[in-house]
Amino acid sequence: MSVKASYSDDATKGFLTWSIIWGLVAVLVGVLISFQLVFPQLNIPPYLSYGRLRPIHTNAAIFGWGIGSFMAMFYYITQRLTKCPIWSPGLARFQLWLFNLVIILAAVSLAMGYTQSKEYAELEWPIDILVVILWVIFALNIFMTIMKRKEEQMYVSLWYIIATLVGVAVLYLVNSAAIPVSLFKSYSAYAGANDANVQWWYGHNAVAMVLTTPPLAIFYYLLPKITGVPIYSHRMGIIAFWSLIFMYLWTGAHHLLWTPVPDWVQTLAMGFSILLIAPSWASVFNGYFSMNGQWHQMRDNYLVKFLVFGITFYGLQTLQGPSQAIRTFSAFIHYTDWVPGHVHMGALGWVSLVLFAGVYYLIPRIYETELYSVKLANAHFWLAVSGQLIYSISMWIAGIQQATMLNATNADGSLHYTFMESLAEMYPYWHMRAGGGVIYLVSLLIFIYNILKTVNSGSSGSQTVRATGAV
Amino acid sequence: MLDLLEKKPVILLLLSALVIMIGTAVTMIAPFTWINDPSLKIAGVKPYTPLQLEGRDIYVREGCNNCHTQTVRPLVADVARYAPGSTDGYSKVGEFVYDQPHLWGSRRTGPDLARIGGKYPDAWHYKHMADPQSMVPKSNMPGYAFMRQPLDSSLTERKMKALGFPYTPAELEAVKGKTEMDALVAYLQKLGNDIPWRKAAAAAPLVGELKNPYTDNASALIEGKLLVSQNCAQCHGEELKGGIGPALTSLARPEGDIFSTIFKGRGGMPAFGDTLGREKVWKIVTYLGSRTGKK
Repeated sequence: MSVKASYSDDATKGFLTWSIIWGLVAVLVGVLISFQLVFPQLNIPPYLSYGRLRPIHTNAAIFGWGIGSFMAMFYYITQRLTKCPIWSPGLARFQLWLFNLVIILAAVSLAMGYTQSKEYAELEWPIDILVVILWVIFALNIFMTIMKRKEEQMYVSLWYIIATLVGVAVLYLVNSAAIPVSLFKSYSAYAGANDANVQWWYGHNAVAMVLTTPPLAIFYYLLPKITGVPIYSHRMGIIAFWSLIFMYLWTGAHHLLWTPVPDWVQTLAMGFSILLIAPSWASVFNGYFSMNGQWHQMRDNYLVKFLVFGITFYGLQTLQGPSQAIRTFSAFIHYTDWVPGHVHMGALGWVSLVLFAGVYYLIPRIYETELYSVKLANAHFWLAVSGQLIYSISMWIAGIQQATMLNATNADGSLHYTFMESLAEMYPYWHMRAGGGVIYLVSLLIFIYNILKTVNSGSSGSQTVRATGAV
Repeated sequence: MLDLLEKKPVILLLLSALVIMIGTAVTMIAPFTWINDPSLKIAGVKPYTPLQLEGRDIYVREGCNNCHTQTVRPLVADVARYAPGSTDGYSKVGEFVYDQPHLWGSRRTGPDLARIGGKYPDAWHYKHMADPQSMVPKSNMPGYAFMRQPLDSSLTERKMKALGFPYTPAELEAVKGKTEMDALVAYLQKLGNDIPWRKAAAAAPLVGELKNPYTDNASALIEGKLLVSQNCAQCHGEELKGGIGPALTSLARPEGDIFSTIFKGRGGMPAFGDTLGREKVWKIVTYLGSRTGKK
């Protein structure tokens, strides 16, 4: 077999463009709702009030930006790792249309108040059906490409991709099961504590199968490509893979500590959350040890900065997460702003930094050009990291302060502060958070400008025929 | 064996599905048996009426669960704040059997609402919902005055049928002509009200001597005035001349009575004992007494 293959990067181009647009929407809405928390008069009910906008923010971020760019990069990576063009470019093009239709329907229907109310699974049942079709098409296209691959050995990225395809399908189908009343209204198929337990089995494993395995697949592909050195240990990658996808599914109930869900389910979730540190850090160490003798690249190569900071935030995230899963600590910080601080370190730090590296890596290659400005990419990097840290750190402090106030008691056992007294103390932190969000938004605009300039200087050929090396 | 897998995508696919299903079976499928245990049922918990269900749907539509939780944890501060006066007023499995979907939430930007039913009179909710800052000045809750619009009751019967809840034609008829706010308030007033915790808390006697430790204490008077403006004025008026609650300018009852009303609540008035404590309540009593004297 020749190493020359004709890869189809149309779908990758389309998904990248649209995922960046949805990412911008997610951050814009995020900044807006962060200001609404400080200035309630910014709520414009019914359509633009916090309660309806927050799901638009999370859905645009997770599904528009996250899944959209994973799809772009999975199509790119799978072709290169299998040395085989995509199984059906036509299906991939159709999938892009369907993807955008779903995201638009999601945004409009959520603003209208059509929601199943379960976090990250808010979309009403007709959109759920479109999502299922979308995922089947995507999974089929990727898997068939793997089936007819010309490279027998499957690199570890493909493992993570395959697990993602299966995992998302199972999670989404089970959790979204509903009893329809009309086209716009349905009720969950599960009630009360059962519904909560199913929801957080889904919710936490969406973190696994959407926000962990895909960026890991991309990380394992990009690190050797960008640094020019192989992954430190393939075997460690494999062991980490199996233990990660095994352990994650036990941990959902750490979102439900101290609730009526059975204690033993909570205890298992707590234990497995601690165990998860091992496979998570195996990937972190794989990244760090691969960098042995290459740390100078942190100075010379802007892409390495994105990747190493990304995997570092992954490491911090997977230490903080398990600590929050311990009953005593959860009792203190759960339901406070600590948790949004944690989530945004993962979303803005880990996932988005790896995705930015992916976009910077892919765009010049699929448009056959050079990046417009490395200086701007560096500015993007530092602003994004600063904005995210301002966000997360102010929220951690806010969370601890509110938790302390809400738990404070007087000598006679009564509570020392009312709820409102604790809320009033949050405003300075919420201002800081909004400021961090604005900085992140600026970084994103710089990124988009840089990418636009790069694309405009590139070729616009739809079929790119190039020689490609092995992994 | 692991190396072999690197060449077999179908086996890899099936094996990862299997691995994912192990934790799923234990922690997601098996718990149904525990949660559905008939001994966890609570006799008083009834399905939603048509009006309450419509109110719940509005709660879902507006995404109230993005800021309000509905689970009281078995923790000292949680129980004192959200199930005051009780020791076991935390949430239990049996309360939620009619909740499709559950609305436990994940963030308390606002307070927990699992026990909000019966805490305030309806009038408090109408006023607060339309303009939260008029009642709670530093609140960051959006206003929902638009909910004064008529309720769409075209799907009510189908909704009740879909959930298998019992209803009478009279109940369906009663939904017609109501506003969205009516439905939402009906739902809020049901929350936590059909479980035994509140009755038990109200029946518990106040322990200890009811004697005001701040009689003729000038500094307690200043503190009391501040506490009254923070906690009482929203219902009894800035000048205490009445509003949602009655006027407090001519209280002719013994101080001990006033103390226990504030401490334990009464009728539509919430209990303040667990959130303010004895000392602050006595300071309020002292201030109210001074107002009565002046008149």
